[in-house]
Amino acid sequence: MSKTFVIMKRELTSYFATPLAYVFIVIFLFLAGVFTFYLGLFIERDHADLRAFFDFHPWLYLLLIPAISMRLWAEERKSGTIEFLMSLPVPFGATVLGKFLAAWAFTAIALFLTFPIWLTVNYLGDPDNGVILAGYVGSLFMAGGYLAISSCISAITKNQIIAFVTGVVVCFIFTIAGQPLVTDFFSGWAPDWVVELIASFSFSTHFDAITEGVIDVRDLIYFSTLIALFLYANAVVIEFKKAS
Amino acid sequence: MPAIPDGFCGRSGAGATKRKMAPMIEIENLTRRFGLFTAVDDISFSVPRGEVLGFLGPNGAGKSTTMRMIVGFLRPSAGIVRIGDFDIRKQPIKAKEMMGYMPEGAPGYPDMMPRSFLDFAATIRGLRGKAKQYAIDAAVAKLGLEPVLNQPIETLSKGFRRRVGVAQAILHDPPILILDEPTDGLDPNQKHQVRTLIREMASEKAIIISTHILEEVNAVCDRALIIDHGKIVADGTPGALESRSKYHNAVTISVAADTAREAQKALKALPKVARVETGSKVDGVQDYMVFPKEGAAIVTEVGDLARDRGWRVEELYAERGRLDEVFRSLTIGDAVAMSKQEKGSRARI
Repeated sequence: MSKTFVIMKRELTSYFATPLAYVFIVIFLFLAGVFTFYLGLFIERDHADLRAFFDFHPWLYLLLIPAISMRLWAEERKSGTIEFLMSLPVPFGATVLGKFLAAWAFTAIALFLTFPIWLTVNYLGDPDNGVILAGYVGSLFMAGGYLAISSCISAITKNQIIAFVTGVVVCFIFTIAGQPLVTDFFSGWAPDWVVELIASFSFSTHFDAITEGVIDVRDLIYFSTLIALFLYANAVVIEFKKAS
Repeated sequence: MPAIPDGFCGRSGAGATKRKMAPMIEIENLTRRFGLFTAVDDISFSVPRGEVLGFLGPNGAGKSTTMRMIVGFLRPSAGIVRIGDFDIRKQPIKAKEMMGYMPEGAPGYPDMMPRSFLDFAATIRGLRGKAKQYAIDAAVAKLGLEPVLNQPIETLSKGFRRRVGVAQAILHDPPILILDEPTDGLDPNQKHQVRTLIREMASEKAIIISTHILEEVNAVCDRALIIDHGKIVADGTPGALESRSKYHNAVTISVAADTAREAQKALKALPKVARVETGSKVDGVQDYMVFPKEGAAIVTEVGDLARDRGWRVEELYAERGRLDEVFRSLTIGDAVAMSKQEKGSRARI
């Protein structure tokens, strides 16, 4: 466990060693604000909640999370440090987990820095802060899901750009699985349970439930399982790529 | 002072030798295939504590692939790697704890400084607090990394990067060191420094280095393996390898040109001499190279002859052999194929 932590610490520190971390955080906060006020019509809605803020998180993550995780493995492979990393006396799973946790912690920092919007809504009205907290928890879990997916994709290639673009596409599919764009395509001819199954894979379906203030254990299990599954796939991909 | 009984002395000596000779690295029938290509083909060897083993071979011979399997980065297609008492596949963590490894090209995290990189390497190897600081300081001092400690690794010169790689490998004082081309890209002084460092550690550790530089084999290795097409084509001490050279024990003698004719005849007539090659003639001095029969030592005979005949000898020395020539003759198949390929590609251009 302590080795996982050492790996995580190195990885997290290396985010802040380059301008990438700061650029990312600034863009994240900027886009979060734009989405909330212009697309979410936060002020015009005149509700004392943060729906306008949380509703756009899947789309925000879709673009930005692959940018965080694209370097996780791609850079390691490109610079050859993967060989150094794999010769260390660390269980392979600890390395994969440590890297993932670093990226997740970084996302958590960015998410935490959106706290002014929480201050704002508390200043303007009297929101249910429990619901808001649920929103943040749900958002963080969803971010973990996106991270696990794009981290796994980063392991496939040496090229960070390819890792990014592929990551966005795959994350997009997971995001819209519950939207009419996908469900309408199936609902005309497929049995209901198929449509429901596909919709149940959707990030936004599970996330919407949480932002309404209901932390359903099933939604958290969904994201946790997804993270575990993709981290496992991540490990398999690295083991496989190493061989060739 | 009481005399130590002979038997006691002998036993303890034998015991010490035995402990020293217990193999730290044991490779059995190691094979690695990439698709249809066999990079490492059924090789076996072992390295005891106190030995520096040099891997020699043309590019693509399988040196790095072998090292990658030893350190547990690559899974062998077949065969066993034992590190101390541990099989690298069955107890990878225990085995990896015993090794320090510098991969080919000495990769480091581009954005990290050597200080934090070494700190990470030490921490992940379980060093903490004062012990960690001591280990880092010692490695930094040994490799002269002081001036670049706080400079991103990507901005470092090739030489410094290489030395950061070596520092990272020796940091935790492992009993086994695997260094892939540790002196590549270093200037002559730095090369000397790293070689001295390896020699200093040699008595305590089992060390494998790979190199292209043949002089390095003489300078640091107790034993050398020449690898070609994934197979071991020669295995021996540098001296034993040199003795396979046609130049082994060949004597070069330079005599004044007026006695040259006579000298050539007399040298040829010596019983142990196979043939005499005529070398260059400079400033009235003629060089001859005298080749012995079956690698016999003939320098005394040649010296005696010169003295008896009263030749004016400018120079007289015996060669131990030429490693580069042995290397080429063992791996020549490659060289021919390469030059053909080169010609082919040139023709196409």
